[in-house]
Amino acid sequence: MNLKNHRTLLALIGLAALGCAAAASMSAGAAEEPKVLIKDFLFTPLSLTVKAGTAVTWVNMDDEPHNVISDTGLFRSGGFDTNESFSHKFDKPGTYRITCSIHPRMVATIVVE
Amino acid sequence: MSNEKLPLSRRNALKCMAYGGAGTLFALSGGVFTPIDLAMARAYDESKPLGTPLFVQISDTHIGFNKEANPDVGGTLGQTIDIVNGMPQQPALIIHTGDITHLSKPAEFDLAQQLLSRLRVTELHTVPGEHDTTDATVTEYFNRFGNASDNRGYYSFDHAGVHFLALVNVLQFKPGGLGTLGPDQLAWVAADLKGRSPSTPIVVFAHMPLWTIYEPWGWGTGDADQLLGLLRRFGSVTVLNGHIHQIVQKVEGNVTFHTARSTAYPQPVAGEGPGPGPLKVAAGVLPKMLGVTSVNLVKHPRSLMLNDTALA
Repeated sequence: MNLKNHRTLLALIGLAALGCAAAASMSAGAAEEPKVLIKDFLFTPLSLTVKAGTAVTWVNMDDEPHNVISDTGLFRSGGFDTNESFSHKFDKPGTYRITCSIHPRMVATIVVE
Repeated sequence: MSNEKLPLSRRNALKCMAYGGAGTLFALSGGVFTPIDLAMARAYDESKPLGTPLFVQISDTHIGFNKEANPDVGGTLGQTIDIVNGMPQQPALIIHTGDITHLSKPAEFDLAQQLLSRLRVTELHTVPGEHDTTDATVTEYFNRFGNASDNRGYYSFDHAGVHFLALVNVLQFKPGGLGTLGPDQLAWVAADLKGRSPSTPIVVFAHMPLWTIYEPWGWGTGDADQLLGLLRRFGSVTVLNGHIHQIVQKVEGNVTFHTARSTAYPQPVAGEGPGPGPLKVAAGVLPKMLGVTSVNLVKHPRSLMLNDTALA
């Protein structure tokens, strides 16, 4: 349990650092890979805007597996468990609706510019 | 307010609760759901329960799960199998209502099949849960269990005059929605039931509940009403589901709905906490929240009797 909490803490620190990095990249232009956190059966953020050609990574922080599916069938991840992740690179601009087929009430949007 | 029509008296309900640990008996007789007087049931030799064992429902074995809520799901499935193998009169068949595995991994399916092969009863019927179909290509379940249905997932069979419908409601999720049967499957059900006598007892099983228990957690099936429309003319319909890892039951007309316990880990009651994830309970409490459902066929009057047994 300690190990798990430790990992969770590390992941949170990582995300906090990522937030800073993302902010920093606005001026530096260094493309840091944006992440969507899955926790308590929610995608956070619920809507994420990225530039075309960016890979988005979903990180599962629940004790329950999740997956990530595009409602147009563009991509479908396998199920991934606690502390595992999945990435997809968005090449074309558009608005992508994302859901978890294990828990279909979980929905989020990726806007690609 | 259909609940008010239930012939479930407070006295009998309390009796059922009092014997909850040993199993709760409900009989479906002539389409009316009647709790058996358990004191009377107890007067029978306990090794000879009412009716003939028809089948046992195992659900949500989640092989591959290894978190704090139950680090040994193989062990609790083993205890479940011991209970079934220890039944003095063996049921004719076993039904697994899905989430055989936790993550649809080949090694999880292989281990699950290896563990389940220890059942004395060899006839096993399955439907997939959403945890069995999370592999990117949705092939692992069908590679192993697809034969019964020509890889559609849904199929029917008969045993001892009872007609069984195995349905799939985990493959066509709509974002934000409930489980879905879909028009193709519903059309197949309509054709399958056509011409069958209304006196044929029907058992329907699928992973997700076929009635809405709690929509915010997706505990229901969006187009289940169309299915129930097809079943309404039958005098005895028993709908068995898993998915929610706890017993919930209700009666609507001639239809009895019942969800089974998991053999792996409990989940919170609807709406308690952020979502339907594994519920961590004290080690001593866990076996009381895991178990199986056995279903007996009573010939006179012709009815099915459900009996839930916890691991402890």
